[in-house]
Amino acid sequence: MTTTATLEGRDVAARGDGRGGDHHGDRARRRARAREKAAQWLFLAPAIVYVLVFFGYPVVKNLTMGFQEYTTRTFYTGEAPWVGFANYAEVFRSSIFGTTVVNTVLFTVGSIVGQFVLGLLLALYFKRRFPLSNMMRSLLLLPWLLPVIAGTSVWKWMLDQDSGVLNQVLRGLHLVSDPVPWLTSPDVALLGVVIVNVWLGIPFNSALLYSGLQDIPDELYEAGALDGATGWKAFWHITWPNLRGVVNVVLVLGVIYTLKVLDIILGLTGGGPANATQTLATDSYRRSFTEFSFGTGAAVSNVLIVVSLVFAVVYLRVNRRAVDE
Amino acid sequence: MQRTSTLRQLPYTLLGLVFLALMLFPVYWMVNTSFQGGGTAASSSFFPTDPTFDGYRRALSQQTGNLLTSLVVAIGTVVVSLAIATPAAYALSRFRLRGMGVFSFGLLIAQMIPGIVIANSLYSLFNDVGLLNSVPGLVLADATHAVPFAILIMTAFMRSIPPSLAEAARVDGAGHFRAFWSIIVPVSRNAIVTAGLFSFLFAWSDFIFALTLTTSDTVKPITLGIYDYLEGNVQSWGPVMATTVMSSVPAIILLVFAQRFIAAGALGGAVK
Repeated sequence: MTTTATLEGRDVAARGDGRGGDHHGDRARRRARAREKAAQWLFLAPAIVYVLVFFGYPVVKNLTMGFQEYTTRTFYTGEAPWVGFANYAEVFRSSIFGTTVVNTVLFTVGSIVGQFVLGLLLALYFKRRFPLSNMMRSLLLLPWLLPVIAGTSVWKWMLDQDSGVLNQVLRGLHLVSDPVPWLTSPDVALLGVVIVNVWLGIPFNSALLYSGLQDIPDELYEAGALDGATGWKAFWHITWPNLRGVVNVVLVLGVIYTLKVLDIILGLTGGGPANATQTLATDSYRRSFTEFSFGTGAAVSNVLIVVSLVFAVVYLRVNRRAVDE
Repeated sequence: MQRTSTLRQLPYTLLGLVFLALMLFPVYWMVNTSFQGGGTAASSSFFPTDPTFDGYRRALSQQTGNLLTSLVVAIGTVVVSLAIATPAAYALSRFRLRGMGVFSFGLLIAQMIPGIVIANSLYSLFNDVGLLNSVPGLVLADATHAVPFAILIMTAFMRSIPPSLAEAARVDGAGHFRAFWSIIVPVSRNAIVTAGLFSFLFAWSDFIFALTLTTSDTVKPITLGIYDYLEGNVQSWGPVMATTVMSSVPAIILLVFAQRFIAAGALGGAVK
């Protein structure tokens, strides 16, 4: 809108200079418009170049690497022979692939459920205003602002089997008789990792849900109260339906973020013990950067791209609906 | 009236404090352990009754260089991200160019690309152009955490600036650049500060690029310093926790002194 207005202003000026010579006027106008467009593109140019090099190129490169034998040798010789679907065949046939898929699903679902339920409870609790509530709400953001590896390291210490504080407390309360091997037993390690990721995700979930709750007009509750809808009924008939848009956004974003998680798992367990916490993301890292098999690493992360993309599409549809509502 | 209602709300405050204490217990534990020095794991207690700075002394002797590296990388990322994102946000909020919709869509998708995908490809690219183990390399890679977010959050803000403001300058003969620099940037100060603070935090907290795009100890951010501790068998948690406390300082400073910016960023980035 702005642009057309200024352009018209210029057109008038150009016509005045053209002294009735329509031909000249046209050319001047076209030149002015081209210059205007070029100036506008210049503002966007650095961002476009950056996005192409640091997002576009990596995705394309990753897709092609998946069809190449790309190893340490490649970095010396520059040769990366095409191998068709050999990398994918290797990945899908490897015994670890099934494990990583199952782990990824369990890790994602467990994390999302935990973060969302606890985040929603906190958001609902803080919906009521009381002394210090605002200060407490912003302090609750702290776990989310810390470097993830910092949160991860304190949890690794707290979950330590022999001297970790969690086992100390659980045993002190006689909730368990033997210390739980949170991160060292293949049977519990995934749960341990999920607990930490839930803790990290609660602030984000509760902040978004809280803002969603704020957008629900008070009149709805007042009208509902007249009809006898209070407490649980009010939640079910007023809060939940009006929060649905935000809930969808929070859940889909949660899935997309959880699929990417690398630092928590690498820091806590390194994907072990016995691959019990190996996910698609950590397996891709392992193949590329500890085995230097970039081809198969790319194949695994391409699977991750496809899954993320599916959820990205879901997000965009859900988000548009949330904005429309 | 006022006092009775405050009194009646006291139980809510108390229960709220309990929730807060549970959520922040790990942060307390981090600080607590950091003051219990170089002792062995078994000797830690619930309160630092006998505080010592041994943990910090050991941490500083091992990690000072890494902290400085992180600081330089984070500041560099702020500069690069804002230099790229601010003009782009101005363009997206003001101009109508063909292909802009595609670009905005690309930004949304870009935020969802797993970091490992970018790291995989950047490793070979950086290897070819000599950016592995370098501060500029980490700055450019870390900006992937920040650029899409910064553009989206600043565009949303700049849309709310009345068009007449920049137009007035243009009528006075100022080019787009002058109007942008002398009008839009000062008016958008808050949004730019928010984007800058988050860019800093993203780069400071970056783990994946620190892990994959450095192979030696010459350039090592603090996140990787912490990871090195975790990878080994930790004998003494004092220095490790002292290091994590130091790595948490920027987040704590921002939360205390820049709360309103943090709140704006927390919400602005996700919805819409």
